Amino acid sequence: MTGAIRKLGAQSSSLIEALGRIANFGGAILSSLPKPPTRFGFFIRALYDAGVLSVALILLSGFTVGMVLGLQLYTTLTRFGAEGGLGAVVGLSLIRELGPVLTGLLVTGRAGSAITAEIGSMKATEQLDGLRMMAIDPVHFVAMPRALALTMAMPLLNALFITLSIAGAYLVGVTIQGLDGGVYISGLENAVRFGDDVGQSLVKSLVFGLLLGLIATYKGHACAPDAEGVARATTSTVVTASVCILVSDYMITAFWGV
Amino acid sequence: MQSNSTRDLAVGVFVLIGLGALGYLSLRVGGLEITHQQQMVLRATFDDIGGLSVRAPVRIAGVKVGQVATIGLDKDLRAEVGLAVASNLKLSIDSSAAIRTSGLLGDQFISVELGGEDAVMQDGEEFTFTESALSIDKLIGQFVHNAGVSD
Amino acid sequence: MTFGDRPIFDGLECQLNKGGVHLLLGGSGAGKSTMLRMIGGLQRPDSGEVLVAGERIATKTEKELWQVRMGIGMLFQNGALLDSMTVLENVGLPLREHTKSSEKEIRSRVAEVLAAVGLHDVESLLPRQLSGGMLRRVAFARAIVREPEILLCDEPFSGLDPLNVSRIEALLMQLNHDLGLTVVVTSHHMASSLRMADQMILLRDKRCVAGTPEEFAGSDDARITEFLGEDGQAYLARLHEIQERSPR
Repeated sequence: MTGAIRKLGAQSSSLIEALGRIANFGGAILSSLPKPPTRFGFFIRALYDAGVLSVALILLSGFTVGMVLGLQLYTTLTRFGAEGGLGAVVGLSLIRELGPVLTGLLVTGRAGSAITAEIGSMKATEQLDGLRMMAIDPVHFVAMPRALALTMAMPLLNALFITLSIAGAYLVGVTIQGLDGGVYISGLENAVRFGDDVGQSLVKSLVFGLLLGLIATYKGHACAPDAEGVARATTSTVVTASVCILVSDYMITAFWGV
Repeated sequence: MQSNSTRDLAVGVFVLIGLGALGYLSLRVGGLEITHQQQMVLRATFDDIGGLSVRAPVRIAGVKVGQVATIGLDKDLRAEVGLAVASNLKLSIDSSAAIRTSGLLGDQFISVELGGEDAVMQDGEEFTFTESALSIDKLIGQFVHNAGVSD
Repeated sequence: MTFGDRPIFDGLECQLNKGGVHLLLGGSGAGKSTMLRMIGGLQRPDSGEVLVAGERIATKTEKELWQVRMGIGMLFQNGALLDSMTVLENVGLPLREHTKSSEKEIRSRVAEVLAAVGLHDVESLLPRQLSGGMLRRVAFARAIVREPEILLCDEPFSGLDPLNVSRIEALLMQLNHDLGLTVVVTSHHMASSLRMADQMILLRDKRCVAGTPEEFAGSDDARITEFLGEDGQAYLARLHEIQERSPR
């Protein structure tokens, strides 16, 4: 019995330790932001890797999710004779929840894991040590541009996802099922308000991007410097970031006062 | 790290498209107003606001001209609603504000009907005529009561 | 320079003089790389001191270490070049970060050091396009591009063909001789490393045994004889003879 309690205590304190390390790392990234040089080239490259290369995935997923949503909701709403509300329901659910969360999870799997793998293998091949020996801060050189790029890319990808989803639902509801296009669009525009809905979406995607940026770069920097360590860190990034995204999604939703 | 001009271009396009989508969602769909019109706040007092909430639209002849800014109680403990509308809106001082429901079970909004007077309402003035929200259960209660009485 | 101790080391004390070529020897796991990393500040001793050029570095913060590292160049076993950057960008990185040199100046300096290691026209290649020997030499060029006072080399000869081994060996000797660089090399590549050393440091049993090649050659110390083996000692002795006759 005491063994189990002891184990719980040990795990809790190691969890707190881990949180402390991540927070430390986050602080290191923040404090390295204002320092020169700006590493703009690296930032652009990271934005390309995280953003541009994710676009195809986001567009496809967005459109598909929109189609499914459109189909499901249309069928259900018809039962109540309320299919005119399709635009509103699709818009609200996408903008507030599905958009930021799904984008967050997709980008975590694609870009988050790639970044952890990249930094981790740099650690394993002593490239990070090499930077230190050249008196270059690896956090400033490697982690900062990537974390920043993820934070910036997430809201943009979120917006693309939502827009494509709205189009996908339009395809199903209007083009296929015959709902009036004007009703769909006006329903959408009337129901969605910038402050509560789009604003919330923006805040969520920024927070998710920040969390992912922090976790992905941290795990890469902190992994064991061998192939197995890199693999484990990569998986860990996806799992940890996904959980954090879902939990923070709830917290933001609750705090916003749905 | 090679500075690849195709890559830079792709990033630029990505950012533009992303911002474009964001803009569409914010402005068209979300109705964010970036050109700030001069607004004035008119007051209206009701016995019952029903399900009216802040940011509900204010409509004249069905067209949105503003929104509900504040909801509170005045010193007589009646509901006092603040309506934010464009400053250049000319509403005669005998106009009325009524709380209506869009559709049968929809959201509530303020419907303004114009009066006939020449003088117009200014910022901070109060509507003389107001119509409280129709409560379905009160209506049904009345109907049942009347039906009972006529028997 | 003096060293302190660590679980890998216990009661280790060692001194490396400026301007010499020092060879860290030892079996696998004896701590050669660790010691090298301690000099560079990448590893800290649990207790004790590490003094580099008179400065205590064991307790310095990361930022303070940068000052010390400005005078140190390190060659890692696998090169540790940044794989997303070209040779030019890699070798020029220290210059770009820490000096105000123009692009032209950087380019010419990079070409200069690359030529010194015997490489030409490789500036636009990526590390993955280089052979093992070329990679090592590019990393070498990067380590010396800012003319450091101390050069740390982790297994610079491992995995190289004889031609490249002698190339790098000649380079180290030249740098030491012409520019007075202090060179610290870890190696278990016997033949070439023995040729160059002013001081040999054998790491064993968590401590070290140091001495000149002559001392090692004629030593009775069981640890030395065991490590070098008969051939090693005989080789050293012969080497010493040859060197006696033709001074360096």
